[in-house]
Amino acid sequence: MTAPASSTKVRGETILSVDNVVKHFPISRGVLFQKQIGAVKAVDGVSFELRRGETLGVVGESGCGKSTLARLLMRLETPTSGRATLEGRDLFKASGSELRRLRRNMQMVMQDPYTSLNPRMTVGDIIGEPFVIHPEAAPKGSRQRRVQELLDVVGLNPEHINRYPHQFSGGQRQRIGIARALALRPEVIVCDEPVSALDVSIQAQVINLLEQLQDEFGLSYIFIAHDLSVVRHISDRVAVMYLGKIVEIGTEEEIYERATHPYTQALLSAVPVPDPDAREERAIIRLTGDVPSPADPPSGCRFRTRCWKAQEVCATQEPHTVLRAADPHPSACHFAEVRPGA
Amino acid sequence: MTQSAVRPTPASPTPPGGHLLEVRDLHVEFRTTEGVARVINGVTYHLDAGETLAVLGESGSGKSVTAQAIMGILDTPPAHVRSGQILYQGRDLLTHSEEQRRQVRGKEIAMIFQDALSALNPVFPVGWQIGETLRQREGMSRADARRRAVELMDLVKIPAAAKRLGDYPHQFSGGMRQRVMIAMALALDPKVLIADEPTTALDVTVQAQIMDLLADLRRDLNMAMILITHDLGVVAGVADRIAVMYAGRIVEHADVRSLYRAPAHPYTKGLLESIPRLDVRGQALSTIKGLPPNLMRIPSGCPFHPRCPYVQQVCVDVVPHDLVLGDGRTSACHFAQEVRDDSAR
Repeated sequence: MTAPASSTKVRGETILSVDNVVKHFPISRGVLFQKQIGAVKAVDGVSFELRRGETLGVVGESGCGKSTLARLLMRLETPTSGRATLEGRDLFKASGSELRRLRRNMQMVMQDPYTSLNPRMTVGDIIGEPFVIHPEAAPKGSRQRRVQELLDVVGLNPEHINRYPHQFSGGQRQRIGIARALALRPEVIVCDEPVSALDVSIQAQVINLLEQLQDEFGLSYIFIAHDLSVVRHISDRVAVMYLGKIVEIGTEEEIYERATHPYTQALLSAVPVPDPDAREERAIIRLTGDVPSPADPPSGCRFRTRCWKAQEVCATQEPHTVLRAADPHPSACHFAEVRPGA
Repeated sequence: MTQSAVRPTPASPTPPGGHLLEVRDLHVEFRTTEGVARVINGVTYHLDAGETLAVLGESGSGKSVTAQAIMGILDTPPAHVRSGQILYQGRDLLTHSEEQRRQVRGKEIAMIFQDALSALNPVFPVGWQIGETLRQREGMSRADARRRAVELMDLVKIPAAAKRLGDYPHQFSGGMRQRVMIAMALALDPKVLIADEPTTALDVTVQAQIMDLLADLRRDLNMAMILITHDLGVVAGVADRIAVMYAGRIVEHADVRSLYRAPAHPYTKGLLESIPRLDVRGQALSTIKGLPPNLMRIPSGCPFHPRCPYVQQVCVDVVPHDLVLGDGRTSACHFAQEVRDDSAR
């Protein structure tokens, strides 16, 4: 894990560290005299570390806070509390030129390749825009050449630099989004559902591209997705989120082979497997009901309302994401254990 | 109508009295200002009572347009049915008047849509929307329609149905909204249910609930179901037969087990290989090169040939016909036998 990739950058050392990050969106009532009557607890105390050169997958159902987490890390939202450091520098306190410097090192690929590209800009302008904001990254004369290089890197024809987004398919547009994220040579890329809007045959092309770029440039990814199969394929470590909290985090194998949290187990068992034979051998856990509202989460363990293991202690005492005896990776359940026969 | 080109789909023999629903050599095109897009190019499939047929395809493959043609809800213009037949209990729906089609719609064949939030009317309570069909079509009184709406909501397992009758769509979660839509579709007790991507907008745990519900309802109410989806995983669990669509054609048609074990069309084979599997750890994903064709300029010969690893000169020149394989399946590929043998290996 600690083999040096270059002279100073050590693969496997922590590059991004997130500590107890909270984001509450206020709910207010009244027109003239507004008063806060509650809060949507979108992200409620999330901590993790991202190591250099690795992919951390973040999975969870809609409303679990995974996209808010991405937006917090990009400083597109201001956190309610918590701390995050990128290469030792405080991400949430930075402002002005320091924030700009930090942002150069951390870029984002958005989910929807249709709305995340400006339809009135050419592909060259879209991919070159980061150089306008960060002129020190590439001198004016070399920008066109850099953009063409980037198009080539993501597998698009460099001659298409003057085309507009509508002339490209969904998969090609996602490649444009990736090229834009790569422009400033960042070390961390946050991918928010990068393949969920794409067809199956195109999805595989984009996943392979992301993996190849990671090897080439030593990138670290935070890969947010709801598709558990895709996350398993691309991730080294995986964090499972439920109602604003990480309920379990571990290596890809720990999560997918030896999950100890009931929610992770249910989530995994519910994934449809494209094989009628293997399907019959899998015992599926059926969760009842829906995810509770993040404005009014259940007391104690947030999963207890849908959990078949729930006891009294689950309602009164919140389980922390700590190492459990069942398997040496952090899991937030009082009754964590590996599912027999899973 | 090119009657001679129609071959019976051999995956199951024609029962006496014919199939419940049969689409024969359907051609649909979209006439736009930029040109004519050939969206459906000779689709033939059938459905028998009590079975589930999955129609699988990526966006633009024509799977939803075929369903809209069956329901008679194509947007015309731009869509035009050029030729073909849609036989329901032996009668061709395409020759029916709008009033006759209205009698079939909902009562014989009903449909549920992908996005329940935009399919439901936001300004009316769900109970009113479920009851609307009953009042309009069955002439039920308000009180009777209300009572039946509660029964239907119970049937689709919406908790506290009587209390939620007056709630509006936005007060329901995604999974519950989809249940409301299913209740509406079942109101007139249809014999065929077409489900167009019923779980695509839902989370996995909710998706599993809805797929279970659909399978139970299909069995209990003895309906036949057409499940339209792009998700190879969802299909594997519920379907009896699968028809795979590409560029407006059915390229492969088989029972579920044989299709997953040994796909006989290079497109199906490529699709199955390109999805990451939760239960199998893999290396780099194999991909299908290139892009789906522009339907205004469908490639000559086999429409899949520019992306196909098995491509030969014959594929560029000749449109492949459905090749009937020994075990009662078809594949529209010149090298179907070879592809199947390769995948079985």
